[in-house]
Amino acid sequence: MTNSTIKDKIGQFPRKLEDESIYIMREVAAQFERPALLFSGGKDSITLVRLAQKAFFPGKIPFPLVHIDTGHNFPETIEFRDWLAKETGAELIVRYVQDSINQGKAKEETGKYASRNVLQTVTLLDTIEEFKFDACIGGARRDEEKARAKERIFSVRDDFGQWDAKRQRPELFDMLNGRIAVGENVRVFPISNWTELDVWNYIKEEKMEIPSIYFSHQRQVIERDGMLWADSEYLNKEADEIPFEATVRFRTVGDMTCTAAVESDAVEIDVIIEEILSAEISERGARIDDKRSEAAMEKRKQQGYF
Amino acid sequence: MDILRIATAGSVDDGKSTLIGRLLYETNSITKDKIEALESASKRKGLDFLDLSLLTDGLIAEREQGITIDVAHIYFSTPTRKYIIADTPGHVEYTRNMVTGASNAKVSLILVDARQGLVEQTARHLSIAALLRIPKVIICVNKMDLVQYDQAKFEAIKASLTSLVAQTTFEGQAVSFLPISSLFGQNITQAADKMPWYQGNTLLGELEAFEFAESLAHAPARFPVQWVIRPKTEEYHDYRGYAGKISSGTFRVGDVIRALPTGQESTIASIEKFGEPLDHAVAGDSVVITLTTDVDISRGNSLVLASDAQAPQLKDFAAHICWLDHQALSPGKTYLLKHGVNLTKAKISQITERLDVVAQTSSQNVDSLKLNEIGGIQLRTAQPIMADVYAQNPSNGAFILIDEFSNSTVGVGFVK
Ligand SMILES: Nc1nc2c(ncn2[C@@H]2O[C@H](COP(=O)(O)OP(=O)(O)OP(=O)(O)O)[C@@H](O)[C@H]2O)c(=O)[nH]1
Ligand SMILES: [Mg+2]
Repeated sequence: MTNSTIKDKIGQFPRKLEDESIYIMREVAAQFERPALLFSGGKDSITLVRLAQKAFFPGKIPFPLVHIDTGHNFPETIEFRDWLAKETGAELIVRYVQDSINQGKAKEETGKYASRNVLQTVTLLDTIEEFKFDACIGGARRDEEKARAKERIFSVRDDFGQWDAKRQRPELFDMLNGRIAVGENVRVFPISNWTELDVWNYIKEEKMEIPSIYFSHQRQVIERDGMLWADSEYLNKEADEIPFEATVRFRTVGDMTCTAAVESDAVEIDVIIEEILSAEISERGARIDDKRSEAAMEKRKQQGYF
Repeated sequence: MDILRIATAGSVDDGKSTLIGRLLYETNSITKDKIEALESASKRKGLDFLDLSLLTDGLIAEREQGITIDVAHIYFSTPTRKYIIADTPGHVEYTRNMVTGASNAKVSLILVDARQGLVEQTARHLSIAALLRIPKVIICVNKMDLVQYDQAKFEAIKASLTSLVAQTTFEGQAVSFLPISSLFGQNITQAADKMPWYQGNTLLGELEAFEFAESLAHAPARFPVQWVIRPKTEEYHDYRGYAGKISSGTFRVGDVIRALPTGQESTIASIEKFGEPLDHAVAGDSVVITLTTDVDISRGNSLVLASDAQAPQLKDFAAHICWLDHQALSPGKTYLLKHGVNLTKAKISQITERLDVVAQTSSQNVDSLKLNEIGGIQLRTAQPIMADVYAQNPSNGAFILIDEFSNSTVGVGFVK
């Protein structure tokens, strides 16, 4: 891609995408009794919050934001989460993976690649049961990963939260069928058709606040498998993995134990967009959890992951 | 920046997924890590080339069997346009997934294997493209490499399809033919050096040149109410806003409207988007409309212009239907009908015909419609629906049928 076409794509957000997503938000509020918005603190779920605000303005967002706190989040993400809930006046529900571990429902992984990414499904399913949520809105996009590319906008899950790729309902035009049996629930993906670039362009056009870790900063990191990992008390380091300081930012924000940083000086959103456009690696390429196997995502979704 | 939605079609193994993979590959839309993943997955399958179909065939079962089972959505953009591609399965068993992918498409890419020419799926998919009123169909004669890029072969296939196309097409639909090789990248984004006899556009060239009416701003004005906003705060004490996405036409502040089915009239006081006032809004816009008077309007009701005396209220009507469920459509049974955001009960009073997609003939005296069959029905609804004839206003003429017990979406209908 030449530089001129890169420049062309900055700030070119197709507005129709926003209209479609707002329509989906309103369908969720209307079709379900107890919906919730799964909030991770990353840019995609921040985008969802903005869309929900727009959908119901001047009314309030008619469902709570739910955060499954793994305990391994970046502190900046947690700070941002609390700020955003206050700012929007939305109800915030937080549930902790640590509690699931203490209750013996989830078991901490061991070894140098240990993370709590898989464990959060347990806490999520418990939370859905606790509040009897019948619809959970998530920020997954189809361009992220090949199993996600197969998702419907209304994705029906059984009693155990499982996704059955072979039994998906036809989804025609913009008509969304949210009818479910008792015990089933629906995962809803309002930004299914957005790409990573669309999200960034939207954040720019809307002048949205995002957590500071998306911008360049100094951080202690280690190098592992050709990637930079944030050093933290949760990371199981080997003897030869010595932390050093680097100028980095995060392209995607998951747990500290499974999100890699990229070296970058970008402090402005335009520069971030340029970096994304010329990047050779996809967004998910920085998610260590996806690298476990060829079908890592599909398998996690079958287990109730969003 | 506009969005163009495309769907693939054609029989199993015709090369749909390979074509889409190739299109993304040649437009540099696949990042290095994804290409590396494709390389290693190809190797694991024992292939000595890069299998680009693996880009969309992402499910374990699909990779095992080497076929597409469900629709994959995939994206790329050029400086002018964002493309949303639905790569659909070719197997007849998964026709409902094909229909899912095609329902939003403005362009249908129907693939034909150059060695086989016209097959049953070609006819079925041409019929579905016509039923859905997809404005552009590109018939891609693929695997030209396997017939030595022979022009005569291409022309023969084109000729064999002419009468079928003439039968299925409608006024306003553009149908064109394109010789390609997805595997060897002939005529995808670059002119085919192996087929100097072909002078037309490449596939990407055709797509970039395609002009379509982005909005249905001139169709009759239709606003289905999705949600009523009543903040009940100090600041917005008496505020009552009707939220929805305009399905067709244009609404302006000051327009006198009629609410259906009640028939009450009022005037548009404001049109808003996140508090920002607009003087008008068009098809596709998600907005909030407030009225000058208090009218009893709830979800599922629609607003139309008061001057529009023709706005339909259907309770007993005819429709085309494509059946999507393993359990056959049976007359007399009650279903839930969803038109836009409006839900009502419906009974099929009669199946009037079944279409033979190959012969393009229809048989009467039909007592059921099975999975993937297309036919005509007469139905009655509990509440009237404000639906237009699909062919005249596609954005307000389609509905789905839902099984009351399984909750599945079992059919898609098009008002006749
Ligand atoms: N020689 C040749 N082989 C091709 C070409 N295009 C696709 N193929 C091969 O045809 C086979 C089927 O290709 P796919 O892309 O999976 O076909 P499909 O139409 O997506 O199949 P379904 O989605 O299962 O209906 C694969 O082995 C491809 O490598 C082509 O242009 N030339
Ligand atoms: Mg395929």
